[in-house]
Amino acid sequence: MYVAVKGGERAIDNAHAWLAEERRGDPALPLMSVAQIREQMALAVNRVMAEGSLYDPDLAALAIRQARGDLIEAVFLIRAYRTTLPRIGASRPVDTGAMAVDRRISATFKDLPGGQVLGPTFDYTHRLLDFADQAAIDPAPLAAPDTAPVPHVTAILDRDGLIEPVPHDDTPAPDLTREPLELPACRALRLQALARADEGFTLALAYSTQRGYGRTHAFVGELRIGRVPVEMDVPELGFAIEIGEIELTECETVNQFKGSRTEPAQFTRGYGLVMGQSERKAIAVSLVDRALRWQELGEDFTGAPAQDAEFVLSHCDNIQATGFLEHIKLPHYVDFQAELELVRRLRAEAQEAQP
Amino acid sequence: MSDYNFAYLDEQTKRMIRRAILKALAIPGYQVPFASREMPMPYGWGTGGVQLTAACLTPDDCLKVIDQGADDTTNAVSIRKFFQRTAGVAVTQATREATLIQTRHRIPETPLTEDQVLVYQVPIPEPLRFLEPRETETRKMHELEEYGLMHVKLYEDIARHGQIATSYAYPVKVEGRYVMDPSPIPKFDNPKLSDCPAIQLFGAGREQRIYALPPYTQVVSLDFDDYPFEASKPDHDCDLCGASDSYLDEVITDDRGGRMFVCSDTDFCAGRVRAGHAGRLAGRNKGAAA
Repeated sequence: MYVAVKGGERAIDNAHAWLAEERRGDPALPLMSVAQIREQMALAVNRVMAEGSLYDPDLAALAIRQARGDLIEAVFLIRAYRTTLPRIGASRPVDTGAMAVDRRISATFKDLPGGQVLGPTFDYTHRLLDFADQAAIDPAPLAAPDTAPVPHVTAILDRDGLIEPVPHDDTPAPDLTREPLELPACRALRLQALARADEGFTLALAYSTQRGYGRTHAFVGELRIGRVPVEMDVPELGFAIEIGEIELTECETVNQFKGSRTEPAQFTRGYGLVMGQSERKAIAVSLVDRALRWQELGEDFTGAPAQDAEFVLSHCDNIQATGFLEHIKLPHYVDFQAELELVRRLRAEAQEAQP
Repeated sequence: MSDYNFAYLDEQTKRMIRRAILKALAIPGYQVPFASREMPMPYGWGTGGVQLTAACLTPDDCLKVIDQGADDTTNAVSIRKFFQRTAGVAVTQATREATLIQTRHRIPETPLTEDQVLVYQVPIPEPLRFLEPRETETRKMHELEEYGLMHVKLYEDIARHGQIATSYAYPVKVEGRYVMDPSPIPKFDNPKLSDCPAIQLFGAGREQRIYALPPYTQVVSLDFDDYPFEASKPDHDCDLCGASDSYLDEVITDDRGGRMFVCSDTDFCAGRVRAGHAGRLAGRNKGAAA
């Protein structure tokens, strides 16, 4: 009759065995290789790398397969692995101005040095299911890439003083993964948190600013996707060496600013940088970044969620969020028993009090 | 698992956590921020407790893990297995044999000793959180010892229900200074917090906080002179071991209102059964708490 006390261990083992079976699916079908996922599910791989804060396409692909395609679960696998890695050092800041761009667009200028490069985008596709699978047909060969320099759009505005200057700052950025988040958080820390934040949450926040909850009148000054070299100073050598290359998506927004009695009118900036090709996320980050800067720019706090750094930073991490959300599945017998007793006692007292 | 360090965490991380523990022990009841790591189990499932345990374990330790007072609830099993795999330490279900006990939602019934460490898993470390959602504000309130809001909340409970309607995670004051959340233990367990010979450590992984009660710390449950704190429990004896002084789980036995009450602390209950104690339904539940 009373069996609930024992059996947890066996139940877990059985659940894991069943999970392994479900994960494999129909054994008559071939197992997807990690390389196939890496190559053909590249945007999922990119999202897992960005939110997992670990640039390793193979590991991200492995995690996606292990997680049965649940991307938050895959991010979790990557984070739990990443946290065990030793911290050897920090790279030099990457130079996104020197990016070998695959895609570079500006919504503020029709043409500009470096040109508009659409790159591999869904933007102008018709969202019609491709039953014949055109992707299976060998694509036409591409023209050789243009290697002309591609200066930042905001640098062009900056030259004319039309946009707020960004003072050069060599203060080492704090590391969210090595120090507890303390509030108020500086912009570098906020951007770091947003770079690994849940894409859906960031998107919704950014969208809310467009609909009037902390409106910032953003233009996409520039969106660029491409590869940049990562350099690291090696003390033994006395100079920096290139240790690899990563793909990044960078978005800079140009936002309206009316100016004040003491300052002439000027545009302001929002910034988003995300690992991999993660365009939606980079734009969203730059909108939220701009909304969070209300205090620094002397704007009003309107109570909008996207303006509230504590609200944004405390809730943007999907690994924290999903863990805490899902923990309510765990047993709460003891607390519930305490509540049950309390409700019974309160009801009994109320009944006694009835005439 | 040779790829991982002893007890999973690397030594640098353990050192960081141990520093936070020392600070927490030096300022009882104060929430020390620490750089919580992602663990291989989800946030909200005991990552704070797991990090404390990982930082405290030595190869000679004997570990006990309980959830809801029981050693065999699924998450307790999972955490115990994790440390068996990553630390290879001895494990036990007997409270007396354990040198380190990680718990969720209960304090064992068997009194603890000076040779033991009790690690609590904490979901929301801030006792003022549901009165004031902002961390920047609540830290200020602790700094200024501004706990009026909490007393107003307890007073409003009395005004509305005729008694303080908080049955678990009942707030306490530590050594007359910090108001502390004892984690969601039933208030029945609150008196065991005070004057306890064991070290009590509280870990909140997702919220990045560690706090502690050094041995023999005075811990007082908040109340009013005319409405004193009362450690309540179901008004029954355990149906298996007959104990009248232990916290009980209610178990639904059929769909006609049948129910039984059994000790939530399974080790305590099994120990009493072995010692010959018997409750109302003892004979009818063969092997129940074996």
